[in-house]
Amino acid sequence: MYVSVKGGEQAIDAAHTWQAALRRGDAAVPEVSITQLREQLGLAVDRVMAEGACADPELAAQALKQARGDTTEAAFLLRAYRNTLPRLGASLPMDTGAMRVERRISATYKDLPGGQVLGPTFDYTHRLLEFAAPIAAPPVEATEPAAAMPRVSDVLAREGLMARDAPSDAEPADITRDGLRFPADRSLRLQAMARGDEGFLLAMGYSTQRGYGNAHPFVGEIRIGAVSVEIVPPELGFAIDIGEITVSECQMVNQFAGNAEAPPQFTRGYGLVVGRNERKAMAVALVDRAQRAPELGEDVKAPAQDAEFVLYHCDNVESTGFVEHLKLPHYVDFQSELEKLRSLRARWEAERAS
Amino acid sequence: MTTGYNFAYLDEATKRMIRRALLKAIAVPGHQVPFGAREMPLPYGWGTGGIQVTASVIGSDDRLKVIDQGADDTTNAISIRRFFARVAGVETTESTTEATIIQTRHRIPETPLREDQVLVYQVPMPEPLFKLEPRVRESTKLHALAEYGLMQVKLYEDIAKQGEVATSYNHPVIVDGRYLMSPSPIPAFDNPKMDMNPAIQLFGAGREKRIYAVPPYTRVESLDFEDHPFRPIRAPHACALCRSTESYLDELITDDRGGRRFICSDTDYCAQRQRT
Repeated sequence: MYVSVKGGEQAIDAAHTWQAALRRGDAAVPEVSITQLREQLGLAVDRVMAEGACADPELAAQALKQARGDTTEAAFLLRAYRNTLPRLGASLPMDTGAMRVERRISATYKDLPGGQVLGPTFDYTHRLLEFAAPIAAPPVEATEPAAAMPRVSDVLAREGLMARDAPSDAEPADITRDGLRFPADRSLRLQAMARGDEGFLLAMGYSTQRGYGNAHPFVGEIRIGAVSVEIVPPELGFAIDIGEITVSECQMVNQFAGNAEAPPQFTRGYGLVVGRNERKAMAVALVDRAQRAPELGEDVKAPAQDAEFVLYHCDNVESTGFVEHLKLPHYVDFQSELEKLRSLRARWEAERAS
Repeated sequence: MTTGYNFAYLDEATKRMIRRALLKAIAVPGHQVPFGAREMPLPYGWGTGGIQVTASVIGSDDRLKVIDQGADDTTNAISIRRFFARVAGVETTESTTEATIIQTRHRIPETPLREDQVLVYQVPMPEPLFKLEPRVRESTKLHALAEYGLMQVKLYEDIAKQGEVATSYNHPVIVDGRYLMSPSPIPAFDNPKMDMNPAIQLFGAGREKRIYAVPPYTRVESLDFEDHPFRPIRAPHACALCRSTESYLDELITDDRGGRRFICSDTDYCAQRQRT
């Protein structure tokens, strides 16, 4: 019971006990282990990892279990934990061109160096429930690609058809340290979206396809796989490899920009997400391109093009917090509203009577 | 199919509803008819509109061909072909001439179609005006009034700014002198094939829940200006496999030093030519 005025402490304890019991479910059914979640609900784990902004599948699986499968709650748990970790340094830019690819597809070229690698995917499955228990899956090992896989955006750039993004050695913004500031540069926007809510970004990306943002996108390339992370410890002065993380990268090719200074050419929308999450990488790439509107001299008219609108609202830890805070007590404010309303009504009635 | 699903997946009442929409679409060429699109076991945007149209017109004696980007061997085409083989048990073919129904994404076959054939297009955005007017209530009004000035102005602005029309695919058409219609994202190269085509052309948009059609032998004109006539584009090369200089070509990258070759996008057409 939502006890009024006093007795809150007992109520909270009882509620949490009940929640814990529901989380466990029927005690006659074996409890799932964190390892099982990590191995068998990998995409949920990856989503939590991305939105929780912490590349650690083990912790993400733990958060998912603790949150009863609520991915937003789990991302929140993970965010809260990662916040307590020290920032020891920044990595060098990752070279996704040298990715150990498990999936790499291009929708713009039927064939290209390194080939199309379909990899593990739900694409082209028929969404029919498998009522019989699925057959045990034989183990599959990724085969090494026969040739190097240059990025499609680089291939286009070599011909001058793709606008090159200016390289920069400037220290990138760090959203985990400084929060958002506007105008937000591209690194900040991409960071915010990398940990933003998949559903929100999906809807924003989708809106650009439906006329709200004037997108003409092609998937130049999607690649998913393991990338080395390198750091340069100050005491060594050279780069060392500290391990690999799995990321999803999408490069959207967009039609004709071009103005007085630049010839008509393709421009890029870019999305990079930690873990296997191609849907979100694609959505981020769409929104990234939409948000480049001011830089490319396009009108900013649609929600997805409005960086402030998108970035302030894409963080589900922030948005769930504020939306759900509405269930907290607001007795005091509401009381003053009540009094105000009574006063206004009295005035209205008096005026009407006169 | 094992059990539990009707012939061609959809139940008969749903098929009837879709057939009614199709009849209306054929009676009003180029007009978008709303229909109650169903959830399909393939994702929205992957051909659910085309699949529902095909499922509603297919019979057990049909021979189905499915192409994507002109090719029978692209993954999504294979997936859809397998789907119908599974849920309808129909014969499938890769031959344009042998097929009675051809479901397509983004191409019209190079081989001319016949009166006894149906071409089913998968359509992502049925509304040709959506980039200019995203509000459906407004664009519906514009169609009702045949008020297509927006689109003409857009093409004019392209010409004024770039010297030519900027659309290279999904170039809007006027059907039977009345409705502005999206030909679906086929290359502009394919637009002329729609005009006075003997086959029935059906268009299904699942996510947007619209059906439209071009009946046989109907005028289909690509929007243009007298002094800037419509210009279909193809890569100025011969196919590396069949040497065709008439067909629409795919560009393949062969290395990262600018090497490339061109081959027919229509795999059946190319294979036929290589055989003869």
